Amino acid sequence: MSDAPEISRTSIVKLARGVRLHKDSARGRMVLLAPERAMAVDDIALAIVEAFDGEHTLSQIAAGFAEKFDAPVTQIANDITAFVHELSIRRMLEIVE
Amino acid sequence: MSDAIKIPRVPPPMAMLAELTHRCPLACPYCSNPTELTGADEELSTAEWISVFRQAAALGVLHVHLSGGEPAARGDLVELTRAAATLGLYTNLITSGLGLTEARVNSLADAGLEHVQLSIQGVSPESADRIGGYGGGYNRKIAVAGWVANAGMPLTINAVCHRLNMDEIEAMIELAIGLKARRIEVATVQFHGWAERNKAALLPTREQAEQATRTVAEARERYRGTLVIDYVPADYHSKYPKACMGGWGRIGMNVTPSGRVLPCHAAETIPSLSFETVRESSLAKIWYEGGAFNAYRGEDWMPELCRNCERKAVDFGGCRCQAMALAGDASATDPVCIRSPLRDDLTLEANAFSVASQADFIYRGRASKT
Repeated sequence: MSDAPEISRTSIVKLARGVRLHKDSARGRMVLLAPERAMAVDDIALAIVEAFDGEHTLSQIAAGFAEKFDAPVTQIANDITAFVHELSIRRMLEIVE
Repeated sequence: MSDAIKIPRVPPPMAMLAELTHRCPLACPYCSNPTELTGADEELSTAEWISVFRQAAALGVLHVHLSGGEPAARGDLVELTRAAATLGLYTNLITSGLGLTEARVNSLADAGLEHVQLSIQGVSPESADRIGGYGGGYNRKIAVAGWVANAGMPLTINAVCHRLNMDEIEAMIELAIGLKARRIEVATVQFHGWAERNKAALLPTREQAEQATRTVAEARERYRGTLVIDYVPADYHSKYPKACMGGWGRIGMNVTPSGRVLPCHAAETIPSLSFETVRESSLAKIWYEGGAFNAYRGEDWMPELCRNCERKAVDFGGCRCQAMALAGDASATDPVCIRSPLRDDLTLEANAFSVASQADFIYRGRASKT
């Protein structure tokens, strides 16, 4: 295996096998579960993770959020890229394309 | 002065280590099982384990780690996996690989197993099988890794390190990548139980420990995005103790093959503690009210040295079992800490062990079968 794949705004991603959202009822929150890891996700992170459907590019997801939340697309795209990078170095994402 | 009554709030547990059995084909001289092994006739039944999982999920446990011994020695492993996964628990198998076949790996994946942690003892059949005390073990593990990858499950390689294999860490990391693992745990032996008996053969030298830390740091850079590397350094050569268990009774619990509920796998080495079992009490009652769980929660138990130290929120005073083993007092500051009055003696001891001529090991014993 070589270096990790590059992720760009045209990338299409989905959660890797063994990574899933879970309703953590005991603590009243949503968590992203992965090997040896439980990451609490706020509403924004939850919306992003749910948009990782393995079909839409990161740019398309950002454009959709910009329209839905009436927010600047550049800022949203940066937030998504940063979040994707964090998940990616933890091997929590699969790059579909 | 505040007259508010201090009510300690105990958070629910995040993780459970379910030691399904002590039976194991391997005989690693650093096994984390207790030196008095539980026989097959005392193990919890399938129904009892499923009840434990149901209570765990209700209590707030997120991850359940099916471990042992070798969990594949349980004939009901697939059934237990399915039960845990159905309850929404993130289900992880911690295995030597021995006792798994390709068909069984596929059945576990179908049952909802989400992650496999496979131990390796070295990077060649000769060195690995000598440590494991089981001929053919290494080659079998390599086959198991392939079956796990084919089944699509994420794989972590568990590499326990000690004086005899610490110079192979780089090769272990490369092996993990070759086996398509997403993660590797490079963990230095913790000297409890069997490992304590084998300290003279297993304790790494200071130079090895320092080199291991550099090797891991470089590999983390090199394989960023390819392999996640978790690392447990040699605490005997560290300045500060490990944050054992993330704090006593704070994050996780361990259930033994016969159902005793422990704050950590070595807790039975502390003679002043007594442990309740899931056969006589509920998991919730044991977690929140059990004497052993409350013995070292918070900071009231701490010696002044720890209570006045800013690191108490970082390492919680270190490891209670290590304090017991090295200071003869489970409430003492972990002697690894540079602020402990026992640290100088420990350094002398560690250096003496490191230059000792290589001793043979005492292999882990075998749990009785019925």
